[in-house]
Amino acid sequence: MFGKLTWQAIPFDEPIALGAAALIGLVLCAVLVWVIVKGYVPYLWREWITSVDHKRIGVMYCVLAMIMLLRGFIDALMMRSQQALALHAPGYLPPEHYDQIFSAHGTIMIFFVAMPFVIGLMNFAVPLQLGVRDVAFPTLNSVSFWLTAAGSFLVTLSLVVGEFARTGWLAYPPLSELTYSPGVGVDYYLWALEISGIGTLMAGINMATTILKMRAPGLSYTRMPVFCWTSLASNLLIIAAFPILTAVLSMLLLDRYCGFHFFTNDAGGNPMMFVNLIWAWGHPEVYILILPAFGVFSEVISTFSGKPLFGYRSMVAATMVICILSFMVWLHHFFTMGAGGDVNGVFGIMSMVIAVPTGVKVFNWLFTMYGGRIRFTSAMLWSVGFMVTFVIGGMSGVLLAVPPADFALHNSLFLVAHFHNVIIGGVLFGALAGTAYWFPKAFGFTLDERLGKAAFWFWLVGFYVAFMPLYVLGLMGMTRRMQHYDQPEWRPWLLIAAAGVLLILTGIALQVAQLFVSIRTRNQRRDPTGDPWDGRTLEWTTASPPPVFNFAIYPDVTGAEPYSGMKERALESMQPAQEPKYEAIAIPRNTPTGFVTAFFAVVTGFAMIWHIWWLVTIGLIGAYATFVAFAWRDVGETEIPAEEVARIDRATREVRAAALRRTHARQHEQGQSA
Amino acid sequence: MNTAALQPQDVPEQVGHSDAGTGVPHGATDSAGPASRRIIVGYGFWLFLLSDIIMFSAFFATYAVLSGATDGGPTAAQLFDTRNVALETACLLASSFACGMASVAVSERNQMWTQLTLLATGVLGAAFLALEIKEFASLVARGAGPTRSAFLTAFFTLVGCHGLHITAGLLWLGTMMAQFLAKGFRENIRHRFLCFSLFWHALDIIWIAIFSLVYLNGARA
Ligand code: HEM
Ligand SMILES: [Cu+2]
Repeated sequence: MFGKLTWQAIPFDEPIALGAAALIGLVLCAVLVWVIVKGYVPYLWREWITSVDHKRIGVMYCVLAMIMLLRGFIDALMMRSQQALALHAPGYLPPEHYDQIFSAHGTIMIFFVAMPFVIGLMNFAVPLQLGVRDVAFPTLNSVSFWLTAAGSFLVTLSLVVGEFARTGWLAYPPLSELTYSPGVGVDYYLWALEISGIGTLMAGINMATTILKMRAPGLSYTRMPVFCWTSLASNLLIIAAFPILTAVLSMLLLDRYCGFHFFTNDAGGNPMMFVNLIWAWGHPEVYILILPAFGVFSEVISTFSGKPLFGYRSMVAATMVICILSFMVWLHHFFTMGAGGDVNGVFGIMSMVIAVPTGVKVFNWLFTMYGGRIRFTSAMLWSVGFMVTFVIGGMSGVLLAVPPADFALHNSLFLVAHFHNVIIGGVLFGALAGTAYWFPKAFGFTLDERLGKAAFWFWLVGFYVAFMPLYVLGLMGMTRRMQHYDQPEWRPWLLIAAAGVLLILTGIALQVAQLFVSIRTRNQRRDPTGDPWDGRTLEWTTASPPPVFNFAIYPDVTGAEPYSGMKERALESMQPAQEPKYEAIAIPRNTPTGFVTAFFAVVTGFAMIWHIWWLVTIGLIGAYATFVAFAWRDVGETEIPAEEVARIDRATREVRAAALRRTHARQHEQGQSA
Repeated sequence: MNTAALQPQDVPEQVGHSDAGTGVPHGATDSAGPASRRIIVGYGFWLFLLSDIIMFSAFFATYAVLSGATDGGPTAAQLFDTRNVALETACLLASSFACGMASVAVSERNQMWTQLTLLATGVLGAAFLALEIKEFASLVARGAGPTRSAFLTAFFTLVGCHGLHITAGLLWLGTMMAQFLAKGFRENIRHRFLCFSLFWHALDIIWIAIFSLVYLNGARA
């Protein structure tokens, strides 16, 4: 009846796992009860869960990423403390549990923190920057988000019901084959990633179509903000890379469920092919993550330097070159597999070549700051911190791209230090910079800067203290994924690393406090004009938070950095732009399609994991029924009447005009006193 | 903010992407605002098809790597029955032709011809599927199922994945016919049909690749 699912699936014999699960369960229940008691359910359902508004969906992606970041970070704390204790000793985490922790940490951090974070930022900001009202396929957007959420749900569920993979975050066969991993852990991993991977692919198609086919009048390619360019590159990479992930994970599923022989040791299977295919996805994946972060830094640095971005065209060219090169280097992840010296040589050189366009970008950011009037807000601090940290991580990467060096450093903590160096210093700092930058646009009030800056410093210093020792340990020969060890000379470095993690913990606590304090004091920190940073691109022309339709009329773009141009013209003529003729706006109606689809995806995935075949059937039929029900819908849009649009827009224009008069008065005064 | 008043050429370090707009209305720029719904839908679906083709190329590559790994079992030359495959190909191409006729009928808003041609599309697609299932069943009966060797694993997966696409396409086709019947030739339904026909033709292209790279190549060797 319930397949492999029995009471044994609850890990009663692993008190720590069970305790953690119970804690998470309790917190979730508490939140749920609070939401129900306060009567927020209808509000959440109407305004968020069924919303197809790209801004709401973007925010939900980011919230998901932040919650999962906490989970992934707790895993990191456990690993660091285990290794601090486990010299000549078993520590407190038994091997089978420790192996699940590093696998879950890697999987969660990449798929359910970094990915939703950058997709969330793109979702929120790109349509606003393009001056349009939504993404190309709003309902599909909601489906994508909920599928990602479904994947995270399955990974989290594995804490309580069953176990997670013990195979590392990429589940290499033959270890991940049924013979060596008979439990459900790998199945949780595979189904969670299949489901969320499809969501990501749909999100990529959606966003690429939006950028290529929906831009405000006059917003030609060479006028697009760099964040839109890097988003375009990132989403093109999603379209090209994620199908490979889907394919290779399907092959492993077939091996495990149907006794196929793709990657088995017997019957002619070839495990090395898995390694090739997964990295043909995996290397582009790192650029899928970092390119949007590069875009955020470009926006932030230009805004807070009060200058146009230096070398716009070279920035765009570098982005697109990276986009292509990223598909030509995957072999550097397995130089040691035995492809031979000449193949390794070619891929080593290709890997180093990627450093060139990246270097171009770093210089462009530096020259943007040079001579600018820099404001060191927290978004800017994250950006500067990124530049220093990322360059260090990039250089250790070039070192790893030298095949002979890689033979010594492969699978060591040197590698772990390298990828955290670029992924925390690059992707995570970028996501946090983007959050600080666009938060006021999303919610209409700014975040507390003092706490934000304190959090930055703890993160930055914590990062160095936690990860620089790992470079040393790697050179001393410590390999990754060690549950215990017997080299006393490693101990001091591991203790330093543990201290670094505590600093990061402080940084995270400060961020939670920042959110809390900022919400409590939101009335003092309102952003009435919608332009808190003196922005240069179109998202700052609307109110904060923007109305559902984003723009009452499509902005008429006459140059790059259109908002800078508009502000200059308004200041010169002392006239806000003329009031336009308002028209009714059709916006897509909310729909639970995404949520329901994800529900059936969870049901199907769970039933597959536990071999409950009748439930699989129900899940699939449910998904098909959802599709038909959606197709049958008669009215897909509601209309906002012209008067309502006018009312909303006039209020914004009012505030803008007042702000304009103030600026003018200030400039006038300055002019007199000079 | 005041820096904006300076001209780029005045201050060397101000050189940058400084085309902040002249205030002159744009004339012949390359972007005239968001494209029409039909373009957006078709374009997005094309991107999806590209991604689908990339997924197939992963299966093709796998097949190429594993096609020699027969583990002492039967080889492609011993197994493939080119007559059956020719028949399958004929069904699929005819089905695509019927789908093309359906596009004409839809643009003419002719309900009867739309339903008839779509029915023909579906019947021919189902015939293809039946032939494929027959082939698979006979292979399994001869002890050449997907678990026999890595070569057969890759073969069944590649061809079966195409077959699954056809199955999904048939389900979609059924809902398409029902939508035309119940709701008429509404704009969004026509857009969906555009996507369906792109999908159906793309499956042909993939089949041609399977036909030549897997079957013809395998039977010859
Ligand atoms: C926030 C601070 C973080 C800390 C303290 C941390 C710590 C660690 C530690 C201790 C390991 C295990 C190293 C070993 O194998 O011995 C690890 C592995 C890993 N981390 Fe992190 N990490 C952090 C953030 C991140 C982020 C943000 C990402 C990605 C977005 C990430 C991705 C990974 C991956 C992919 C692995 C490899 C897992 C495996 O071995 O399969 N980490 N991390
Ligand atoms: Cu790589």
